[in-house]
Amino acid sequence: MSDNTISTDPQSSEPIRKPGSQIILDTLIELGVDTMFGYLGGVILPFFDKLYDSPIRFINPRHEQGGTHMADAYARVTGKVGVMVATSGPGATNLTTGLATAMMDSVPIVAMTGQVRTELIGNDAFQEADTTGITRPVTKHNVIVKDPSEMGRIIREAFHIASTGRPGPVLIDIPVDMQVAQVEVTSPEKIKLPGYASRTRGHSRQISTAAAAINESERPVLYVGGGVIIANASEELRKFAQKAHLPVTMTLLGLGSYDQTRAESLDMLGMHGAAYANYAVQECDLLIALGARFDDRVTGKLKTFAPHAKIIHIDIDPASISKNVHVDIPVVGDAKTILSELTKQVEHRERKKWFSRIAEWKSKYPLRYDTAATTIKPQHVIEEIYRRTKGDATIVTGVGQHQMWTAQFYKFNRPRQFVSSGGLGTMGFGLPAAIGAQVALPGELVIDIDGDSSFNMTLGELATAVQYELPVKVCILNNGYMGMVRQWQELFYGKRYSCSWLKNPDYATVARAFGAVGITVEKKEDVAAAIDKMLGENKPCVVDFRIDREENVWPMVAAGKSLDEMDGLDIFESMA
Amino acid sequence: MEQKHIISTLVQNKPGVLAHVAGMFAARAFNIDSLTVGRTEDPSMSRMTIVVIGDDRVVEQVRKQLAKIISVVKVQDFTGQDIVIRDLMLISVATPPEKRSEILALIEMFRGKVVDIGPKFVMVEIAGPENKIEAFINSCRPYGVKNVVRTGTVAMARYGRKRAD
Ligand SMILES: Cc1ncc(C[n+]2csc(CCOP(=O)(O)OP(=O)(O)O)c2C)c(N)n1
Ligand SMILES: [Mg+2]
Repeated sequence: MSDNTISTDPQSSEPIRKPGSQIILDTLIELGVDTMFGYLGGVILPFFDKLYDSPIRFINPRHEQGGTHMADAYARVTGKVGVMVATSGPGATNLTTGLATAMMDSVPIVAMTGQVRTELIGNDAFQEADTTGITRPVTKHNVIVKDPSEMGRIIREAFHIASTGRPGPVLIDIPVDMQVAQVEVTSPEKIKLPGYASRTRGHSRQISTAAAAINESERPVLYVGGGVIIANASEELRKFAQKAHLPVTMTLLGLGSYDQTRAESLDMLGMHGAAYANYAVQECDLLIALGARFDDRVTGKLKTFAPHAKIIHIDIDPASISKNVHVDIPVVGDAKTILSELTKQVEHRERKKWFSRIAEWKSKYPLRYDTAATTIKPQHVIEEIYRRTKGDATIVTGVGQHQMWTAQFYKFNRPRQFVSSGGLGTMGFGLPAAIGAQVALPGELVIDIDGDSSFNMTLGELATAVQYELPVKVCILNNGYMGMVRQWQELFYGKRYSCSWLKNPDYATVARAFGAVGITVEKKEDVAAAIDKMLGENKPCVVDFRIDREENVWPMVAAGKSLDEMDGLDIFESMA
Repeated sequence: MEQKHIISTLVQNKPGVLAHVAGMFAARAFNIDSLTVGRTEDPSMSRMTIVVIGDDRVVEQVRKQLAKIISVVKVQDFTGQDIVIRDLMLISVATPPEKRSEILALIEMFRGKVVDIGPKFVMVEIAGPENKIEAFINSCRPYGVKNVVRTGTVAMARYGRKRAD
């Protein structure tokens, strides 16, 4: 017990009192927190002082944004709540990108920020920012502590809100006087969240209606989003899809929910999805959306999306249903229980015609690239990584072309294997997220497949990886461009490459300066050996692959086009 | 079809709730016609009555997005329900001496109440559904309307078929 804790003789009736900072820590430990990420500052020092004697494993990122991405990826790979702490003002504002990233992808995070003394709030005090005001739109919920006796309850509520229903980040703003104030220790107060109850069991009549529609369907497609992974329902999904015999396509965040090496997998759909997935969606007579939200990158032009399909939408968030697309059979609830219920009610159907149509598309329009090229093709690097890791690594990405190529060419076989910023598309997510994942998965292989520009945004976190001996691997698909932006400029702005070029540092040298291993690969024939060398390292390692500079991601559904209006398929045909 | 919808929302009486609700409307580009907040019989709860303009789909989203806010306890869409709607207005109307009696008769007709009298103006309190309030303003215009303050709409479902709460 630390100095500030006033303990009393157990015989006496004097209440036990502890400072708010100790209550924070005790509550975190009671909630099972064993790992935290965060950065110091003046008004959060009382908490850090208590942390000094605690068993919690603490990781200092080099920037609060990095810390939130670490907590985020920690949560994505474990399913637990990621915890982040920062100081007021600039510490808090640095959290916003990470919170928004987690919000868009429904990731449970609890972030705590210090705040100036209560009596100074509103006075433009040093390092004061309206943290709850700034973070309100990028959190599921936020709250400022105004009474230290509520500290324990507020923290318990934050964890409950972050991790239940549709998960998301919750921020608690804690003025420094609340951390110092002596609080009477009482038995844990129950959480008080009137009106917050999410439906978990789907409506049974809706489930039967859905099952009947599935049984009747000649050309069904299952469209699976990240919700299935969040709900830990991959096993239920497998049983359901196999019993009813349904082809399965996934969103970027849905990757890993269904084993892509299985024949029913149609891989990813959408703007850079597989042609066979997009064609199947456009021709299906029944679309079963599971924990997905009909994002514009998935649907293309809404008016012509799945034009022949009746739509079933299963989601825990009622607000996602009929938001973008009219849904015929909504089922609100937890994917896991609904899928098990559905599985009981569906019949196995061969659907020979439909599956042979799909097989035709698959053989006519597989995901392809120029394997004969003498330059290093990014897709080739990813296929090599896939082969050499036996498809088993946890893969993290930045945002851009490399992210799409990774989604296309690494075949994921288990949930929580793929970690990427989908909804917000946050460049700079890759390295810190890989670190967060590695913290959660000691001894396992975590690879960040990154872009040169994305990596440059947060590469200071290499220092974090080195300090905590986290042997993350970074494979930079270095095209010397903001490649995805350059691709749009090539296609839609007459090849006017306005400002999409950056002079990069030599990343291998940079890595070595941080104390990591750095490798540069300039020739195609060196790709495999470099990957093997990387996999043999037990230190953080950066491999800089100098790829073909103007390679594009195909196929592509241009913004505003229908899903079946894909560009780039002719490029594939010429390679056949 | 675009129309006005009255949404009655029970929220926790806590700091930041109004900002949360207003922020959600702004972020999702929903149109608020009026919003009133006041305490309820339970001091830990407040009632917001929100009038939104939109078609059924928009209003369904409004309802769902409101319900998603953690401090929002209950959301009721009064569309199509048998409800009592009131708006309270204070209006200051010019009273040229030769029109005084005419104006007083008008106030009487609308069941308004004179709450203050100045040398050139009267302040009138008037409550009722929006169309009545608006009709009163229009009737006063020829004399000169100096100032209008309105509370915005509040509403409660009638006892009977579909009871509120
Ligand atoms: C923080 C942030 N800023 C800007 C963008 C817009 N953007 C999307 S992809 C991209 C280029 C990414 O370049 P790089 O990381 O090198 O990946 P590549 O596309 O070349 O594989 C940019 C600038 C973004 N997604 N995130
Ligand atoms: Mg690049």
